[in-house]
Amino acid sequence: MEHALDIALTVNGAQVSRRVEPRQHLVDFLREDLGLTGSHVGCEHGVCGACTVRVNGEIVRGCLMLAVQANGCRVETVEGLSDSRELAGLQKAFHERNALQCGFCTPGMLMAAQDLVRRKGKLSRAEIRNHLSGNYCRCTGYQAIVDAVEEALDGQG
Amino acid sequence: MGRAELPLHAPGTQTDKGYIGQSVPRPGAQRLLQGRGAFVDDLRFPRLAHAVFFRSPYAHARIKALGLEKARSAPGVIGVFDGRAVAEYCKPWVGVLAHLKGIKSPPQHAIAIERACWQGEAVAAVVAETRAQAEDAAALIEAEWQELPVVVDMEAALRGDAVIHEELKDNICFKREHDTGGVDEAFAKADVVVEETYHFGRHTGVCLEGRSILADYNAAEHSLTVYHSTQAPHMMQDIFARHLGIPEGSVRVIAKDVGGSYGIKVHVYPDEMATAALSVMLRRPVKFIADRLESFATDIHAREHRVKISIAVSRAGEILAFDLDDLTAIGPYSVYPRTSGIEGNQVVNLTGGPYRHQKYRARMHVVFTNKNVTCQYRAVGHPIAVALTEAIVDKAAAQLGMDPAEFRRKNLIPDDAYPYTFPSGIKFEKLSHHKCIDLLLQLMKYEELRKEQQDLRAKNIFRGIGLAAMIEVTNPSPAFYGVGGARISAQDGATLRLEPSGMVTVLCGVTEQGQGTDAIFAQIAASAVGVTLDKVRVITGDTGVTPYGGGTWASRGAGIGGEAVLLAGRALRANVLEIASQILKTGKEELEVKDNQVVNRLTREAKLPLEELGRIAHFRPDTLPVDFQAELTVTRHYTPRQYGFTFTNGIQASLVEVDVDTGFVKLLKHWCVEDAGTVVNPMLVDEQIRGGVVQGIGAALYEECLYGPDGQLLNGSMADYLVPMSGEMPDIVCAHVETPTRQSQLGAKGVGEAGTAGAPGAVMNAINDALAPLGARVATMPFTPQRVLQALGKVG
Ligand code: FES
Ligand code: FES
Repeated sequence: MEHALDIALTVNGAQVSRRVEPRQHLVDFLREDLGLTGSHVGCEHGVCGACTVRVNGEIVRGCLMLAVQANGCRVETVEGLSDSRELAGLQKAFHERNALQCGFCTPGMLMAAQDLVRRKGKLSRAEIRNHLSGNYCRCTGYQAIVDAVEEALDGQG
Repeated sequence: MGRAELPLHAPGTQTDKGYIGQSVPRPGAQRLLQGRGAFVDDLRFPRLAHAVFFRSPYAHARIKALGLEKARSAPGVIGVFDGRAVAEYCKPWVGVLAHLKGIKSPPQHAIAIERACWQGEAVAAVVAETRAQAEDAAALIEAEWQELPVVVDMEAALRGDAVIHEELKDNICFKREHDTGGVDEAFAKADVVVEETYHFGRHTGVCLEGRSILADYNAAEHSLTVYHSTQAPHMMQDIFARHLGIPEGSVRVIAKDVGGSYGIKVHVYPDEMATAALSVMLRRPVKFIADRLESFATDIHAREHRVKISIAVSRAGEILAFDLDDLTAIGPYSVYPRTSGIEGNQVVNLTGGPYRHQKYRARMHVVFTNKNVTCQYRAVGHPIAVALTEAIVDKAAAQLGMDPAEFRRKNLIPDDAYPYTFPSGIKFEKLSHHKCIDLLLQLMKYEELRKEQQDLRAKNIFRGIGLAAMIEVTNPSPAFYGVGGARISAQDGATLRLEPSGMVTVLCGVTEQGQGTDAIFAQIAASAVGVTLDKVRVITGDTGVTPYGGGTWASRGAGIGGEAVLLAGRALRANVLEIASQILKTGKEELEVKDNQVVNRLTREAKLPLEELGRIAHFRPDTLPVDFQAELTVTRHYTPRQYGFTFTNGIQASLVEVDVDTGFVKLLKHWCVEDAGTVVNPMLVDEQIRGGVVQGIGAALYEECLYGPDGQLLNGSMADYLVPMSGEMPDIVCAHVETPTRQSQLGAKGVGEAGTAGAPGAVMNAINDALAPLGARVATMPFTPQRVLQALGKVG
């Protein structure tokens, strides 16, 4: 850790400070240093979306951002948004419609979908499909995911 | 469309299917939804070491020297090993099976010794305190190579221009010929003969979770616990035991959450065997997680075929015969223990499968090449057999000027013709092709779509409708692997236990990878015992606690594991009634279990909560007769035996629009009608079919592992290897015909591979239907815009 840097950030509402290597990306930091293993690593080159987390209110790919770049930021993960119940509506819809199989894509998918839910608009299925088209799922046919997101969007009135 | 008659209750009471057939959500999904799953890479162990592999940059090369010293002295490094060092702890293997006559393959080591045979084959292992340190150290390994001739083209491999394994004399791993006789005569008297050659691109599973293994050797006990992202824990237990020299009973394989598998995670991978060996060598837990490039370069690939097929048809539209010549390349080794001969074998078995012709001839060669190995991936052989059968059938119908749906109806095996022996030798218990095609055409409004298609053509909009009828292997008996000498279980067991609280614990050898095994086992157990679903907990994926079983592959989970759960559930219910009869001092024939209560069979009056029964049986057996012992744990097993496989059938349709200027294919809609026998949970089945369809669409339109002439993988990232994403995928309509198998009481057949089996053929036919008025045709998957434009003569 020759060139390690000190960072301080908020993760799921808690203050965290650590010494990290400059090359470590954010999702590895969350998983390895903080034990927040809900965010997954599927490709490490920004394509699959499994690592999607929220930084200062915007969703980002945790594999394309370095941990040092998150210094001073507010980071939220699936664990935090589950505990705060922010994801409860989507989780219920995903569960009832079986919008997951292996569940490896699910945390990233939920983070991406919640981004739509927060904008509170009514969207067509095609628009939902487009918004989620950066999140790879190999198990489902995406249809149940689109159904679930549609339901969550409808449900919020 | 009659449902199964499920004798879930004792004779004399009304038939109650309980939860069977209900779309209940999966209880186990909750933890995954909250990011609280337990995938291998999520586990934390004291003294955990991390393995990474130094891999061959060449497709075929001799290792002249391997300099490991710099890597050994890098920070954090615990050990660096070559193939010879690892071979002292891990015996090599040979991927052959006795029932595939003549199949050959050389011994394969966990880490290559002397020679690498594909780009990506591991030639050294580095173990360090962190993965980053191990990767840094691997970059310091100095290898000196002597390049050897590379065989990448399968026709060249067959010719044997260069032979990869000298000791095998040629590059032919396996060949098979099949002939009913009378094929030449049938072709001679046919009014129409159509022939075409199809090419299928090599592709792979792209599980979102890479292959993952954490091996934890305990030197004090000479025991090994392996946390493994696998579909077959017991098979792996046997393999670790035999190849590492540890008693079977001292090896425990645990598959917690598995992030997708689709057949990718049911094989023996050299780097995973090496990881287990490294744990033994270093006497500490060692973990290996394949990154995305390693996944593309070393997860099994599949489906690289060149197939020539001819069909003989009478003027009246009757199919008389098929003649097939299949060539497939599998990389440098036949994969252990299932072999790489099965996929081609399945193409021979299944081609022409839905139809009632009597004459069939097939020739098939499986050859070695210097690319990554191939093996069984979801729907094994079916996507090839279905696509080429359905494409040539469409071509023949067009030649005769017949509508493809009508042509199929004429030739599909009649629904009352069963049991039926197909010309390839396979046997069908009972299929429902006609019911399925009728339902499909009605669902999709076939006639209306045809009319709309015609109208749009006038406006230069080119839409196509493609059909693909299919048969599928499910619920395999020991005929699949066991008879060939593979130590792969065809049976599965289930243990059910009534806990003191009245809850039911289910343990089963079939594993859960997200397909919903745990949920359907809970549904079956609850229904069979007579408890509500919330009272059931299911445990799978641990050789230390579950009954022995084959795991998850070949669409066997519901049909085989589910039947074992049903049988165990009924036995447990009988034991519960036995105990209740002692407690209540009432004849057990007067009692029944319903909604967590023992009730009077006739009046339905509640007599005894199971909670109370559990309390007495466990804590106050002194109050029961002295010669009575309550048995609240039962185990039952099930093996399908009457048929080699329980075949299912179905039919798919695809509606596409081809942009003839750009070559892009837009998927507008997809339909799948499937007969999987008893459907335990329609919601789970439907989304599993849809996922399979999307995987098949990937093969048809996007996915191909591309290799250069030097055997270099050209697209080892998800940015270069395209997979289906939500934006391009259509809505998929699913419907079911239910013809339960009579071989089991549950009546369930398999369904996990149906979507993947039929989708490529349906999409191919839809594209060719769209291109037909332009006189263009495609026959090489994936159908990229470039290939479509080439077919249209718009690009070179
Ligand atoms: S792991 Fe970050 S996008 Fe795939
Ligand atoms: S549920 Fe398995 S990848 Fe989406």
